[in-house]
Amino acid sequence: MTLSLSKDTIQILKEQDVVFLKNRVKETAVKIKMGLVNQTRLLTACSELVRNMMRYADGGVCIIEVVSAGRNNGVRLTFSDKGPGIPDIAAAMRDGFSTGKSLGLGLPGTRRLVNEFDIKSKVGEGTVVTIVKWANG
Amino acid sequence: MSQKTYQLLKNKKKNILELWMKNQLADEGLREDLISNDELRSQSEELITALVSNLSGDNFTNLDSDEWSPVIEILGGIAITRARQGFSPRETGNFVFSLKEALLEVLQQEISDDPKTLFTESLKINRMMDSLSVVTFETFIKGREEVILRQTDEITEISTPVIRVWDGILALPIIGTLDSARTQIVMENLLQEIVETGSSIAILDISGVPAVDSLVAQHLIKTVSATRLMGAECIISGIRPEIAQTVVHLGIDLSNIITKATLASALAYSFKVMRLEVKKISTVTKF
Repeated sequence: MTLSLSKDTIQILKEQDVVFLKNRVKETAVKIKMGLVNQTRLLTACSELVRNMMRYADGGVCIIEVVSAGRNNGVRLTFSDKGPGIPDIAAAMRDGFSTGKSLGLGLPGTRRLVNEFDIKSKVGEGTVVTIVKWANG
Repeated sequence: MSQKTYQLLKNKKKNILELWMKNQLADEGLREDLISNDELRSQSEELITALVSNLSGDNFTNLDSDEWSPVIEILGGIAITRARQGFSPRETGNFVFSLKEALLEVLQQEISDDPKTLFTESLKINRMMDSLSVVTFETFIKGREEVILRQTDEITEISTPVIRVWDGILALPIIGTLDSARTQIVMENLLQEIVETGSSIAILDISGVPAVDSLVAQHLIKTVSATRLMGAECIISGIRPEIAQTVVHLGIDLSNIITKATLASALAYSFKVMRLEVKKISTVTKF
C-alpha cells in the first residue's frame, strides 16, 4: 500500500523551469533523507524525462510526491504531456533506440535508475511516465 | 467626462500636483535614496501635464487610442527607470495610486454640491487610473524581466572560462547544468583556445555539474571528439562516485574517453603524457 504524503505540481514550459524542477526534486529527496547516490539517480532520471518532455512535447506538467509504503519513504514523479505520444513503447524502451539524434538511453536508462517505472502513451494524446525512487532502495 | 470636469481639472492642475506631491512625500515608501524630491516633482509634473491635456477626448477610457500614447510613453518610461533603479512594485504602484487619490480629492472639493455628478465623474477617473496602473505594472515587470535576461546572458558568459594551467595544458571547469546552448559555448571557447595556445591537452572538469544524464554525456562525447579532431587530447575529470554509478546504470559508454576522479590526477596524467616531471627541490644547501 503506497500512501501519498505531499503533492507539488510544477508546470514545465521553458528551459528555466527545468532547473527549478530539479531543485525542487532535490529538496524533496533531501527532506526524506535519501542518500547521495540515490539522490543523483533520481535527479538524473528526472532530468532524462523532463528533457524528453521538452523535446518531443514542448513541455508538460510534473507532479512531485512524497510516498510512503510501510517504513520506507520515497519520491514519486509523474510527468504528463500532451505531445505526439510514443507509437512503439517496446522499441522506445530498448537501448540505443531514438527517433531524435540522441544516444537512445533516456527511457531504458531511467528504468534502470529508479525502483518503479511506468509508462503510458497514446499516439496523438500524450504520454504519462511515473517513476518512484525509495529513500533506501 | 464632461467638459465641466475637464475644465475644472485643467484649472486645478497646480492643486492636483501639490496634493499629489504631498501624498507622495508623506508616503512611508518614499525612496529619497533612489530619487531626489526635485526629480520626483519634475517627473510628476510631466505626467500630469500630459494627462490633463488628454482628458478632453471622449475615448478617455480607451487606452489604445492615439491620444493616450504620450501619457503611456511617459508612464512607461518612468516605470522602466524605476524597475532598473531597484524600486519595489509597491513603491512604483504608489506613484500612480497617489495621483488617483489627488485627482479624486480635488474633484470632491470642487463638486461637493452635486453628489450624482461627483459619483459618475469619480467612477470615470477611477477606471482611467486603474488602466494606467495596469500599464505601469506591465512596464515595470517588463523592465525587471530585462534585468533578469541580461543577468542570464552574463552568467552564461562568465561561466565558461578556459584556464591555461600549464604550457600546453588547458583546463575548463564546467559549473551547472550542461545544456545544448552551453555546450556550444564551451566547445567554441575550448577549440578556439586550443588553436591560440597550441595546447595538446584539454581537461574538462565536471565537478560542478550536478547530474550527468544521457544528453550531458552526449555533449561531453561530442566535445571530446571535436578536441581530438583538432589534434589535442581531452580528459574529463571531476567524476564523483555517485555520478560514476549513475552513468553506469544509464548505460553510457565513456570507455573511449580518458576520465579521472580529480583535476589533480588529470593534471598528473597530462604531465606523464607530456613527459614532464614535477619534483620537490632538494633542501640540502651546498657550501
